[in-house]
Amino acid sequence: MTSPALHEPVLQQFPATRWDAAARALIVPADIARAVAQWLTQPANGEFDYCSNVTGVDFLPKEIKEKTKNADGTEETLTRTEPGSLQVVYHLYSMRRRTGPLVLKQVAPREKPVAASLTPVWRSCELQEREVFDLFGVRFEGHPDLRRLLMWDEFEGFPMRRDYVEPADYEWEPTPHGEVLEKHRRGKVIS
Amino acid sequence: MSTAAPIAAPPYKLVRHDEAEAGLLEVSMGPHHPSTHGVFRMDVKLDGETVVRLKPVFGYLHRNHEKLAEGMSYLSSMPFTDRLDYFNSMANNWAYALAAEKLVDVPVPERAQYLRVIMAELTRLVNHTSLVGFFLNDLGALGTPLLYAFRERERILDLFEQASGARMMCNYFRFGGLRCDVPAGWLDRTRALVGGFPKFLDEFEKLLCENEIILARTQHVGVLSGAQAINAGITGPMLRASGVNYDLRKVDAYGIYDRFSFRVPLGAAGDCYDRFMIRMLEMRESLKILEQALRDIPEGPVMGNAPRVFKPAAAEVYGRVESPKGELGFYLIADGTTKPYRYRVRPPSLINLTVLEDLCVGHSIADAVVILGSIDIVLGEVDR
Repeated sequence: MTSPALHEPVLQQFPATRWDAAARALIVPADIARAVAQWLTQPANGEFDYCSNVTGVDFLPKEIKEKTKNADGTEETLTRTEPGSLQVVYHLYSMRRRTGPLVLKQVAPREKPVAASLTPVWRSCELQEREVFDLFGVRFEGHPDLRRLLMWDEFEGFPMRRDYVEPADYEWEPTPHGEVLEKHRRGKVIS
Repeated sequence: MSTAAPIAAPPYKLVRHDEAEAGLLEVSMGPHHPSTHGVFRMDVKLDGETVVRLKPVFGYLHRNHEKLAEGMSYLSSMPFTDRLDYFNSMANNWAYALAAEKLVDVPVPERAQYLRVIMAELTRLVNHTSLVGFFLNDLGALGTPLLYAFRERERILDLFEQASGARMMCNYFRFGGLRCDVPAGWLDRTRALVGGFPKFLDEFEKLLCENEIILARTQHVGVLSGAQAINAGITGPMLRASGVNYDLRKVDAYGIYDRFSFRVPLGAAGDCYDRFMIRMLEMRESLKILEQALRDIPEGPVMGNAPRVFKPAAAEVYGRVESPKGELGFYLIADGTTKPYRYRVRPPSLINLTVLEDLCVGHSIADAVVILGSIDIVLGEVDR
């Protein structure tokens, strides 16, 4: 279904984009994501009029051990840490031409997860980007109505992150007064 | 008499309402309102009876299904997919099996392919009959049409029970086939049901499709243009009611859908009436597919040579099917272990609600109920 030709015009037009062959996805920097999306909707450039799926993926920092040989022949194991990332994945199709999917990805550092909102281009991103914000904590610049979607507003943390720590007391009610709040403060695991 | 102490300022802040909003009434419809089909809330601002603003509020049924799936093996999520859109468990099963079969190439035997189509189309009949019933319920035809619809639905659920052991939570699909073959005589009973179904549809259509009240309440209500529907990612019958010819059974031709001849009904106006009629017409097409599938189904095994331990190599896949409500997709990231690294459900019910405010603004509050009914949502899938 995925024809490799779909992403090649984008790579030529926007040299800042990168093709990730393992994930079969086009990595788009956040500062030009809106321009790329706008460009892709044009009839001359593939006419991707339909953004089907928007979601987030959390990749934790990975420790990679490598064996190296020193000049004197002794082996040494080096550990390096590959930085983690929060990714926002978009699956694009063209309804008119019946082509797709073309997978776009915005990759943000976990410390400062900011991505460009593509809701102004495809409105189908509106609720799905809210969901990614809610569950992964990615801030979407330019989203018209960025609020939590599924969790309640007082909820702390982002449950779909891989390092999310569940609260000690599931039965906590979000009523900000009295014993319930005190109990929660004592019993909560602060990550 | 001592001088009175000065009156302290009230501890609260006085809020002056915006002039334009002063006359508006804010109504919180739901989460227990019967027209919301579950636990869904609409924050509505009303000017008299007219909807000025409408904000949907989600999350009352949120279970974080995606997080649960990350903690267990691939197959363990199969019964959970039943609980997404609990009207269409067979279609959900298929979507998940389709995505997983892209990770590991498991051939599906012929008989299983046919049974998958039969189950999916029976599910479509279940969904569309109940939807029409609930839709009329929302219109004020309380109960009677719904019970006619449920009478037919019961017969199909009986067939599901005979095949899978469960009426609604079927858990029938496996990666590379089906859990078990259908019992003896099941195909004949299904043929009898499919043969008798047009009679019910004729009766239903005669009662409903030209009913004056239904015409008055649904035509020109909640009009959605084709361009708007595409941009907002609307899929399924709601998209086709706006005149966009996009049915994944034709576009992707997943499974063996390319072997059947059927048509894709399209609407012209994109209003509530078209959305209602599309479902009636799609049931007729589903019956056509069922007739052909029941005629051609071969004997043989229903399970291919699937690996005992499902352990795909690292890859990212997206599989989608035409569920009765729209495009149901599963996005899986495998990392070489027996558990998915990321498991995502693309819920058609949630994304079809994107345009709810646009459709309702300017209509009366009673029409908002009708519009919501015509979108066809199930909260198990909206909130996951």
